[in-house]
Amino acid sequence: MAAAGTLPPRPDRRDPAWVGRVAWTLFGLVLLAPALVATEFRPWVLLEPDNLKVTRRFVADFFPPKLELSFLAMVARETWRTVAIATAGMALALVIAVPLTLLSTSALSVSALPGRMGALPFAIRLAIRWLLIVLRSIPELIWALVFVRVVGLGPTAGVLAIALTYGGMLGKVYAEILESGETLVTGSLLRNGAGRLQAFFYGLLPQSSAELTSYTVYRWECAIRSSAVLGFVGAGGLGQQMDTSMKMFAGSEVATMLAVFVLLVWLADLASGWLRRALA
Amino acid sequence: MSPAPSPPRAGRLARAANEPYRVPPPMFDARCRACWFMAGLVALTVASFWSLDLQWGKFLSADAMGRMGRFLGELTSPTTSPAFLGKLAVATLETLAMSGVGTLIAAVLGLALAVPASRSHADDPARWRVPTRFVLNVLRSIPELVWAALLLISAGLGPLAGTLALALHTTGVLGRLFAEAIENAPPGPAFALRAHGVPAGRVFLYATLVQVLPQLMSYTLYRWENNIRAAAVLGVVGAGGLGQMLAFHMGLFQMGETSSVLIAMMMLVAMVDLLSYFSRRLLSR
Repeated sequence: MAAAGTLPPRPDRRDPAWVGRVAWTLFGLVLLAPALVATEFRPWVLLEPDNLKVTRRFVADFFPPKLELSFLAMVARETWRTVAIATAGMALALVIAVPLTLLSTSALSVSALPGRMGALPFAIRLAIRWLLIVLRSIPELIWALVFVRVVGLGPTAGVLAIALTYGGMLGKVYAEILESGETLVTGSLLRNGAGRLQAFFYGLLPQSSAELTSYTVYRWECAIRSSAVLGFVGAGGLGQQMDTSMKMFAGSEVATMLAVFVLLVWLADLASGWLRRALA
Repeated sequence: MSPAPSPPRAGRLARAANEPYRVPPPMFDARCRACWFMAGLVALTVASFWSLDLQWGKFLSADAMGRMGRFLGELTSPTTSPAFLGKLAVATLETLAMSGVGTLIAAVLGLALAVPASRSHADDPARWRVPTRFVLNVLRSIPELVWAALLLISAGLGPLAGTLALALHTTGVLGRLFAEAIENAPPGPAFALRAHGVPAGRVFLYATLVQVLPQLMSYTLYRWENNIRAAAVLGVVGAGGLGQMLAFHMGLFQMGETSSVLIAMMMLVAMVDLLSYFSRRLLSR
């Protein structure tokens, strides 16, 4: 047994980098302070007696969730409408995205074959890119607010909002997927006199069709989630009913609809995961 | 080792000079999954359009077109009075602060939930893995906007509800990503510490966390970027920031103000996109 005296001295237990760590923490706190003020971050507001009473009544009403047959039938109908808005929106988004992708893909440019793309085709492609970016960068909720103003409450606004935003997203990503693939086949088809559509169908599409489909399925899943949200500004579906129930503080109705919504998202996730695995 | 056997004679004979003609598989096979998939897709799309009472007539009518045109016309004349621009700047900062604080809370909570939600080594019983993952999934599958609408009841109108809503949804997203990162971390260092009898908490701090920290940081920054975009529109239900201003002025039909808010929103989103694009290029070089 070694005596305590023969052991090497204990290493210094102080963190050698403590100066830097403390300085960075202080710097972060200094940055955080105005942010906390700006967000009116006072969580104890939640515990004030008045608020607590309302919250408690609302949450207590969650159990048991409302399970009347007529109510469940309404929830089922609205859930279907949510899925239908997403699907119809995606269909229209494809109508927007596919032609714009074909027009903007530089792999299908005939004038770029010898070297540089011509000035006019380049300008057209750039303009379409910018159009897609603008469509994509306005959130679907804002589009929905605008369309609710124009066509009134109902699913039309939701379908249009999803169509425009997702059209922009799909168009941009489709073009990226097509251009990231091998373009040798497409180029040689074009060089040998094939039309652009022929070159697309026989050269460009086969090698990236799985990736394109997989991305579309993933976006459809996102569209279902966002179509439920669009209901909150009056674009129909589950969200609109949820908004109404929340405004009436009907906790039991909200509980049922939240459960159905979580189930819907889970099912869409499952379906899209299964489809994407089947494609891979 | 014995010398490689020569190919059997029978095999050589079976391969004829010309390939035997094989009938290509029929296009419509009951097991053709792609066909069933396409048929299902078409049915779903047709049913969707058929069941929704879409008012294309109303949308394409001269009246609606005129309203749309007037609306767009009014949007081209934004209010630029200094007082209003000042309010707009405050709201923009509020949006940024909401996203930042929300993401920070979510990163802390997400890490706290990711530890019980991950199986750190093969013998780890991980009793809390399934229930914690269920909680994370529920947090994640309810969108920020729905959380905000729910929280308005207890937190009242204002940015606090929005911040907490962002925090709750992002906790679900980050918690799951963090748990995946922790489970995929190289097990070597943690195994070495465990073999020396270091307790589980310190194994996590000194072996696993150190390895996955850069990945956790990049997930958090990515979600922050998403949350800035989400925070801009979150206010539409009354949860603070630019969205609340938009809903307010749009509700009062003050189109000049509405247009300014919309422009500020788009500029914010475009700026975030540009920053993230350039920082990604800088980092990937």
